[in-house]
Amino acid sequence: MSRLHNVLLAVATTMALSAAGPALAGPPLEIGTPLTPEEIARWDIAVRPDGKGLPPGSGTARQGDPIYQEKCAVCHGEFGEGAGRWPQLVGGQGTLTSDNPAKTPGSYWPYATTLFDYIRRAMPFGAGQSLSNDEVYAITAYLLSEEGIIAADTVVDARTLPAIAMPNRDGFIEDPRPDVPKAKVAELCMTNCVEKVTITGHARKIDVTPDKQAAARGE
Amino acid sequence: MTDRPRPHNPLIQSGISLDRRALLTGAAGAVAALGSAATARAGGIPKELPDWTTGMGPGVTDEPYGTPSKFEAHVVRRNVEWLTASTESSINFTPLQDLNGILTPNGLFFERHHSGRADVDPAQHRLVIHGMVERPVSLTMEDLQRLPPVDRIAFTECAANGGMEWRGAQLNGVQFVRGMLGCAQWTGVSVRTLLEHAGVRPGAKWVLAEGADNAALDRSIPLDKMLDDAIVAYAQNGERLRPGQGYPIRLVLPGYEGNMWVKWLRRLEVGDQPWYTRWETSKYTDLLPTGKAIKFSFVQEANSVITSPSPEKPLNGPGQYVIRGLAWSGNGRVARVDVSTDGGKNWVQAPLQEPVLPKALTRFYLPWRWDGGSALLQCRAIDETGYVQPTIEALRNVRGRNSIYHNNSIITWLINPSGEVENVQVA
Repeated sequence: MSRLHNVLLAVATTMALSAAGPALAGPPLEIGTPLTPEEIARWDIAVRPDGKGLPPGSGTARQGDPIYQEKCAVCHGEFGEGAGRWPQLVGGQGTLTSDNPAKTPGSYWPYATTLFDYIRRAMPFGAGQSLSNDEVYAITAYLLSEEGIIAADTVVDARTLPAIAMPNRDGFIEDPRPDVPKAKVAELCMTNCVEKVTITGHARKIDVTPDKQAAARGE
Repeated sequence: MTDRPRPHNPLIQSGISLDRRALLTGAAGAVAALGSAATARAGGIPKELPDWTTGMGPGVTDEPYGTPSKFEAHVVRRNVEWLTASTESSINFTPLQDLNGILTPNGLFFERHHSGRADVDPAQHRLVIHGMVERPVSLTMEDLQRLPPVDRIAFTECAANGGMEWRGAQLNGVQFVRGMLGCAQWTGVSVRTLLEHAGVRPGAKWVLAEGADNAALDRSIPLDKMLDDAIVAYAQNGERLRPGQGYPIRLVLPGYEGNMWVKWLRRLEVGDQPWYTRWETSKYTDLLPTGKAIKFSFVQEANSVITSPSPEKPLNGPGQYVIRGLAWSGNGRVARVDVSTDGGKNWVQAPLQEPVLPKALTRFYLPWRWDGGSALLQCRAIDETGYVQPTIEALRNVRGRNSIYHNNSIITWLINPSGEVENVQVA
């Protein structure tokens, strides 16, 4: 009896909810499995700038060096300088206003916690979530040390990592768009709007389009 | 509108001009041309009956899941090899030049993966909702089917669409210049329903969405957006999502940049501040000439492109054509599209095809008579907020050349007297 009653109640609640419209805390539907904190911890790998989400464990640059050389250097270079087309991880400070900005953790990333979050979830490339927390702390420490942000024996852990000041901490602004001066639609020019149109660039002269001939034939 | 296309006119369908003056003064000439020997050979009825008329085709069992005609084998996604270090963290492009209407076929929908295409078993997959909620919950894919669904047509576009064109015209094809784009009807459960289910605690402002792929891509999304029109989608254009689009579930965020539409979605964590993940700091931020960068630049502003003529769709001799194009805005409906054939000196409004839906691709078709000379084709979209799609020059004036993302500038196709079409930039 009670089981059937529950099922009917769930159906009724669902219908009431959709009819009632928006409400941020509707009555609980009897769908899904309630989670315990222990279960959530299996998947809860996100780390915030304030340190929320950082796990126990620790590492230093000295400990991180051999791990980095074994698991990371093949793509990112022995000192984080990058190999081939793979991302550079060290250097690049002072390049953001140049023609070739190098956006590394040291030059660009606002928070050190992002290194831990990203390395743990996605690195080494193709083997995300394979490193121990100590290894992730140690590799994070190695990169920050190569950048000169921390010393080689600084212990990086859940307490110290959020406190590390990244050079480009204040390098970001809120979205200002629409940022192009606004045109009045009613006053948009429709005839004789410009005197002379000059072609400033040809894609064909750059010549980097893949499958060019096929594209030209419409294939 | 006087220039609305007339698709049923047999003169248009046979490729003959509908130019009013030509009709009045040259009707006799057109009839003569139809009857000439040359036209009969090129466009007339072949002498022999084809195989498909003289013989029988296969029955209904040879192809349980249908595929396009073998004559359409060139209509495929393509990638740009030099763009990324590996194909697993890369992107392919939708062949916009060969598509019609506003819905992108699932097999041609562009894909952007950050650590390869995950192949998820729905029986083992879960959607977890936790953080600042009253009732942390795990939902199976079957559970999701028991919640009321919503259907929504929306475009998704990579923030880097057009990103290779910031410094100048570079890629010679509409597929490569605007093909990080697709539009589909998405079916799933609104995030509002899910969050009501879990009960959001006071003070919550952000939601982290995370994928179950090897990149475990994570993005912080404003709670307001999630409650407004976000969907956890399990279907696309009527069938279950393809693995490349996040099977069994992905996030749909109408109007927002594609990387936030987290695929293989496994987790929604509600919080009071953003996480500043790698994908919202190192990547998908817009670097300005000052050295500062724009963060949380979510919306894809109004944009448009002529899909034909285009570098892939050259012209074959002077005469009647149709300028075909797409327009879209992450801020709402497309209100108007203007087309120029002289590089922006003069503009005419192009009629919009119905339906014109908010945050969806919108079609425009404009009949055009090509006189065989050089032409500079452009289109500009205006959305319902009054935003006018900018020129590349106007965009560079405020964002410089290093911002990679959100290049929604007007595109120019140069038509050469040979009929070839080239991507150029003009000033």
